[in-house]
Amino acid sequence: MAAVKKPKLAVWKFASCDGCQLSLLDCEDELLAIAKEITIANFPEASRAIVKGPYDISLVEGSITTPHDAERIHKIRRMSKCLVTIGACATAGGIQALRNFADVNDFVSIVYANPAYIETLNKSTPIADHVFVDFELRGCPINKYQLVEFISATLNGRKPNIGTHSVCMECKMKGNVCVMVSSGIPCLGPVTQMGCGALCPSYNRGCFGCFGPMESPNTKSLAAWFERLQVPSDDIVRMFRGFNAYAEPFRKESEAHEK
Amino acid sequence: MTEITLPDKDVVVLERKNFQGLLDALSDSGYELLGPIVRDSAIVYERIHAVDELPVGWVDVCEPGKYRLVKEKKKTLFGCTIGSQSWRRFLHPPTSKLWEATRDGNGFKVIQPEPDQVKRALIGVRSCDLAALAIHDKILSQGQYIDHSYQERRRNLFVVAVNCVRPGGTCFCASMKTGPKATSGFDLALTEMYVSNRHYFIVEPGSKAGKKLVDKLPVRQPKESEIKAAQKELNKAASGMTRTIDSEHIGKLLNEKFDDPHWEAIAERCLACGNCTMVCPTCFCTNVEDSTDLTGQHAQRQRWWDSCFTVDYSYIHGGSIRTSVTSRYRQWMMHKLVYWQEQFGMSGCVGCGRCITWCPVGIDITEEARQLTVKE
Ligand code: SF4
Ligand code: SF4
Ligand code: SF4
Ligand code: SF4
Ligand code: SF4
Repeated sequence: MAAVKKPKLAVWKFASCDGCQLSLLDCEDELLAIAKEITIANFPEASRAIVKGPYDISLVEGSITTPHDAERIHKIRRMSKCLVTIGACATAGGIQALRNFADVNDFVSIVYANPAYIETLNKSTPIADHVFVDFELRGCPINKYQLVEFISATLNGRKPNIGTHSVCMECKMKGNVCVMVSSGIPCLGPVTQMGCGALCPSYNRGCFGCFGPMESPNTKSLAAWFERLQVPSDDIVRMFRGFNAYAEPFRKESEAHEK
Repeated sequence: MTEITLPDKDVVVLERKNFQGLLDALSDSGYELLGPIVRDSAIVYERIHAVDELPVGWVDVCEPGKYRLVKEKKKTLFGCTIGSQSWRRFLHPPTSKLWEATRDGNGFKVIQPEPDQVKRALIGVRSCDLAALAIHDKILSQGQYIDHSYQERRRNLFVVAVNCVRPGGTCFCASMKTGPKATSGFDLALTEMYVSNRHYFIVEPGSKAGKKLVDKLPVRQPKESEIKAAQKELNKAASGMTRTIDSEHIGKLLNEKFDDPHWEAIAERCLACGNCTMVCPTCFCTNVEDSTDLTGQHAQRQRWWDSCFTVDYSYIHGGSIRTSVTSRYRQWMMHKLVYWQEQFGMSGCVGCGRCITWCPVGIDITEEARQLTVKE
């Protein structure tokens, strides 16, 4: 293997909290193995040493919220063979996409002492609204096993084993008792994509929808069931308006319950 | 409905105070005991050791999309019916490694996983789940395609069945002819009796191993009145089920409804979440996945419970053939009630009602089958 040139990996940050990049650092055991197989060419969070592009894999964290970033993502796309968005911000606009449901200038005037210095876009948008995305790693934050699986698959020229079905299937395989059926706790698991290992239901909480809409999300039916569970409309709006608020199926559902 | 009776031979009585003796006798014979316990507000099957770990005094209330446990004064051990998930996870686990391989020069070395030779005793298997076990036996361990890991685990199984004297709220085994009394496929079958503050079990051996175990227990001959009382309870349970499927005609009736508009109406409510297939005791579909590690020096083949509700399930070269939820729900119900007949000469549904209770939006297979076939 030594003769083969190692593929180069870059990590890019847009509007985000760094949590997904930290998932990469959190790989600990696997990180050494990753570093052996690929050159981590551009990852400021981990190292100041930067190797010039082009890059074989670009992991992009964060959403587009400024005119400058809207330019920058095109440059990154041009330098990247394979561009992968990591996390809810990059794939759906993130929690900061809550601004998309209001007028951003109202926030700017409240939050900043000198609003005049703030140059921001009206909406927080996913990377895929700007450039072609090769693969999406969902989650808030992403799951490190899915990240390692993606990298392993890419290095070995195979398709990553990353499903797009519901959290419920993971939940049941794990042996959990359904919190919605057994305790009437509203849960977004049935409309949310797998990947977290049904983390919240494993701790008797409803799923918050971190991994965004699953492959065929029937949000309308689930929301109707929430109503039967006596969840007030305001809360239904808030449930769908989380980290993936701007993902279309969730956005439409929250809007449908807004009076 | 045919009258339910207990056999007049070999049936004995075990007093409640001696129940631990039954568990101990099984443990002493090297069995790992698995039985119902209360966890997270529901009945789940887990490792048990002592009788007081059982759901003493609990009763389950089941309806479409809703499950609650309530405590009763009677200190029954098996007052609840079936667990929230079936026993199949012990014989056909949710995920399993089929083999792994490491690179070896120009080739590779295959490493087979160790066979699972744990002797398991399942305590409290209901008749519907016994029927499901028989279905899996036929599909997975007889005929042309054998699942050796299933066969291995199955060989080492001891089954203590419990006849239902109270059906759960979503049960319909009577109409599927799979319950509420166990008729075969068990080593021991118990009927729990709790009458005028007397608490005992009518024990029916169903195999040589079962008989041998009974010989080790402090049992006595039943009185005729005790047998009669138990039979009365079982018949009451059979006639107490509110849900039915016309199991004799449903296959033919449904088969004519492939293009019925009602499938679309169901799909408006169905989440395609797959819960119904995950909890079903007869579903056996799996996905097989190959993966490598980062170095490419190790590979493994893993299997996990799949569901006909996923898009990927029907992926063939070029794309998925069941993209609509309508087609996926139809596949599910048709497989259970129609195609299974053609494939295996039996029904794929045993009437346990789990898919009804544990569907997050309460879709009821009996009601939908009725809507599809009895409408007009
Ligand atoms: S708890 Fe949530 S994720 Fe788990 S099965 Fe129920 S609805 Fe699905
Ligand atoms: S379906 Fe029948 S055998 Fe199964 S739990 Fe209900 S009553 Fe018992
Ligand atoms: S019938 Fe219910 S449990 Fe089954 S996939 Fe549809 S919503 Fe999920
Ligand atoms: S289809 Fe439903 S009622 Fe029939 S065996 Fe499966 S889970 Fe039980
Ligand atoms: S096709 Fe669907 S209903 Fe049939 S066994 Fe497989 S998962 Fe269960």
